[in-house]
Amino acid sequence: MHNKTITDLAKGLRSQEFSSVELTQAYLKRIKKHTDLNCYITFTEEQALKSAQQADKQLSSGKTSLLTGIPIAQKDIFCTQDVKTTCGSKMLDTFIAPYNATVIEKFNLAGAVMLGKLNMDEFAMGSSNETSFYGAVKNPWQTDSVPGGSSGGSAVAVSARLAVAVTGTDTGGSIRQPASLCGITGLKPTYGRVSRYGMIAFASSLDQGGPMARSAEDAAILLQTMAGFDEKDSTSVDKDVPDYSTGLNNSIEGLKIGLPKEFFNEGLNNDIANTIETAVSEYKKLGAEVKEVSLPNMKLAIPAYYVIASAECSANLSRFDGVRFGYRCDNPADLNDLYIRSRGEAFGSEVKRRILMGTYALSAGYYDAYYIKAQKIRRLIADDFKQALSEVDILMGPVSPTTAFGIGEKTNDPIEMYLADIYTIAVNLAGLPAMSIPAGFVENKPVGLHVIGNYFTEDKLLNIAHKYQQVTNWHLQTPKGFE
Amino acid sequence: MNLSADEVKKIAYLARLGINDNDIDAYASELSNMLDLMTQMSDTNTDAIQPMAHPMDQTQRFRADIASEKNQRQNFQSIAPQIENGLYLVPKVLD
Amino acid sequence: MEWETVIGLEIHAQLATKSKIFSAASTAYGSEPNTQACAVDLGLPGVLPVLNEEVVRMAVKFGMAIEAEVAPYSVFARKNYFYPDLPKGYQISQMELPIVGTGHLDIEMDGKVKRIGVTRAHLEEDAGKSLHEDFHGLTGIDLNRAGTPLLEIVSEPDMRSAKEAVAYMRKIHELVRYLEICDGNMQEGSFRCDANVSVRPKGQQEYGTRAELKNINSFKFVEKAINIEVERQIDLIEGGGTVIQETRLYDSDKNETRSMRSKEEANDYRYFPDPDLLPVEISNTLRAEVTASLPELPTAKKQRFIKQYKQDSETSTTLTSSRQLADFYESVVESSGCEAKLCSNWITVNLLGALNKADIDINQSPIDSERLAGLLKRIEDNTISGKIAKQVFDTLWDSTATADEIIEEKGLKQITDSGAIETIIDKIIVDNPQQVEQYLSGKDKVFGFFVGQAMKATQGKANPAEVNKMLKDKLK
Repeated sequence: MHNKTITDLAKGLRSQEFSSVELTQAYLKRIKKHTDLNCYITFTEEQALKSAQQADKQLSSGKTSLLTGIPIAQKDIFCTQDVKTTCGSKMLDTFIAPYNATVIEKFNLAGAVMLGKLNMDEFAMGSSNETSFYGAVKNPWQTDSVPGGSSGGSAVAVSARLAVAVTGTDTGGSIRQPASLCGITGLKPTYGRVSRYGMIAFASSLDQGGPMARSAEDAAILLQTMAGFDEKDSTSVDKDVPDYSTGLNNSIEGLKIGLPKEFFNEGLNNDIANTIETAVSEYKKLGAEVKEVSLPNMKLAIPAYYVIASAECSANLSRFDGVRFGYRCDNPADLNDLYIRSRGEAFGSEVKRRILMGTYALSAGYYDAYYIKAQKIRRLIADDFKQALSEVDILMGPVSPTTAFGIGEKTNDPIEMYLADIYTIAVNLAGLPAMSIPAGFVENKPVGLHVIGNYFTEDKLLNIAHKYQQVTNWHLQTPKGFE
Repeated sequence: MNLSADEVKKIAYLARLGINDNDIDAYASELSNMLDLMTQMSDTNTDAIQPMAHPMDQTQRFRADIASEKNQRQNFQSIAPQIENGLYLVPKVLD
Repeated sequence: MEWETVIGLEIHAQLATKSKIFSAASTAYGSEPNTQACAVDLGLPGVLPVLNEEVVRMAVKFGMAIEAEVAPYSVFARKNYFYPDLPKGYQISQMELPIVGTGHLDIEMDGKVKRIGVTRAHLEEDAGKSLHEDFHGLTGIDLNRAGTPLLEIVSEPDMRSAKEAVAYMRKIHELVRYLEICDGNMQEGSFRCDANVSVRPKGQQEYGTRAELKNINSFKFVEKAINIEVERQIDLIEGGGTVIQETRLYDSDKNETRSMRSKEEANDYRYFPDPDLLPVEISNTLRAEVTASLPELPTAKKQRFIKQYKQDSETSTTLTSSRQLADFYESVVESSGCEAKLCSNWITVNLLGALNKADIDINQSPIDSERLAGLLKRIEDNTISGKIAKQVFDTLWDSTATADEIIEEKGLKQITDSGAIETIIDKIIVDNPQQVEQYLSGKDKVFGFFVGQAMKATQGKANPAEVNKMLKDKLK
């Protein structure tokens, strides 16, 4: 049952081959069996069964969606009423949001069953899921390796078949990089396509929620539910949502693929480069044309990103002050002590590093040199993409310069970790949609193909991914022990 | 660029962020490394470039002036660390 | 040495919207603590601000009223600092691109007009309140006010005395109420002011170091606070000291200002554009709609009153001191059809006198314009005398009856029937031969005695002019 697509499961539920309760129980059983992966922070067995029962009723009454009764899981960054939302932090270890994120509301409305809340880097800051207060998550392909991050728990849940599909969020690659490292399909939508309301903010102008699933076909179904204008989010875009499933099989003959030469520089592992080339040649077989393009300011994406993301996060995380919710230190001596200790005791070192960085970048005397400069670079990068995407339809390259690395291997060198985000963060700066599609293995570890499209072309991206998944079976591979 | 321990302490105070004395030097060196990375930007001339605050070239949408929120004090304060008579309590604020 | 005072004001006017600037929580004053603080106002994780349209309209309205440039694009920024009444750890305000740019306002001092520059006016959210009553040595935080829209109006340092500062503040106060964008209630904190005060030797070009006096919430205190601060600064400098740039608090009990060191430390607000909000565009449509909704402004109204109603400047100033009073006046003139002067006399003297005594304003007047007009009609058509009118006015104040009903019920109608008056006068002449003789022998003063007798006999209802004329005829 756990290897079926959403469409097949939906059929099975309707033909009463199995009920949502049975399906949910099957997943609950798997989750309990594989708790050592540590991909769930909160596991909502009781609620899941209750909503599965409700879904079964709905299924027999006929008022349903494709997701009715399908067991999914949510990244623990989305606020869920009555269920703890930790954001991977001690700060919110006991926090129960008094409201649902818009994304959660939409899944509830669709009748999806929530299995639990997924592990993540603390406040989504990290690329390995090692900054989580709840501990590292193991990559099911090689359990001494990281799953990537920040949506590491999400990627593992799909990869190990501990949820049919899940949500993630992507500020600098946090959907695509773990998807790549865990061999699943992840889509970061155009900025503004999915509501950010109730999604705990890391860097507001970069954050975007999106689906993570086994296949493009499943991702399309999830995105269909997640996408759309939300009047509670000023940055959400009021634009019609197309049907993401109908065009999946459209021909991609004549598709113009651009390979940014900066994506294939010396930092890229050779085997990964070969894997990407093989994937691209598969597209050629499907009728695509390939040409080299350039994103000349790519190398500046890392400094610009880390200035902007840190600056925004330094302000976004000020509300965690121990006054109205969240962690409060014991016996504060005075007001400043309350702030300093509550925040000092509850934030982990990566979060602190970024808050310090952002505070510094915004402080008097440095604002122009760092923040304004970074915003100008941001425009240059967005313009580079605009230029490239006027020459071709789509860009392809690697998601990450390496495959999954060992747990603990890079924790002492934050900069090295930042540099590994090179291919993903430029996309967030520009606000473009992008995907990671399973494209092969290097030393038994998955490698993802990065596909970047123009604004609001998620349908096109899904179509391109789906066509590839029709002729390859990388996305169907299951790690040993999780078949 | 080298950030001193004192500078780190100053920023940490601005951010009301407690950091252990033992960690200050490590933060100072990591932040200095990050700043080195960031100074790479200064090599690019951006005099004629408009800063980009948002990926979408859109303007702010307005909400109609309707007071539709209901009182949810009990709900909101059920997650508060310390309350009394409907107020959030903090150590004495001195003006 | 002769010193010159330099003052600039930052006025915070709470905009009179129903809901908050970035949330749909009510802005009503005086509710139970934290019952009007929604998830957005509380800064709970994940929530986002959405801008209230009415706030934008009100700011644009103000901008147009002071002939300022209204920015086609303006930007909200985060002002970062930690304080328990500031839930998010930053205040959403405007820094680099405020909604209202440079404008001006004219004040009148001793008959002379002086133009005061307005540097800018920007939108921001108000903070909550800290309550220092005893919670076992702790402070209680009420966030009902958090997120209430504020328009911060920043003046140029154009004022040279506390009196000018007060005149400017009153003018802004009058204007925001005219525009109906702020209720102006200073007790509730809807209208408050910070004053930047410095002194310099007369004739010196450059400004002295200024002190910022925080949160002054009455016209009286603004004047007192500035004067006492000016005195302090002059004494300090003359005693060989130097003024330091700092925030000071005015203590009205002791009539002194004192340093607020707690607010001083490291004011590094780290402003940057709020990424949760997009640039605000003021469309031509919105601009046109606001222009169409602009009321006649106080200065224009005053000039019109002088011209149209032939009022003197002082009376016009009084009548136009609030939009409601001006409207009341015009409605009395219109529905009574009486002479404009008669209407203004009764409003400025009798009605305002009574309102002042009762400590209420024109909106709460127990006599509406219709009923006052009814009274004035009866004065003008001689149905009642001015003296009787005062009596009717008092009854109007205490009842809901019309002037005509009161006159009818109490039988206050003036006796204009000359036959009836003649009979009375004849009787008075016959009854008082001694006084007649005195009058005829040249004691003109005695004439008043006869008038008094006639009015007494008619309980004041005789038409005084008629009585005078007839007495003169009879006593020849």
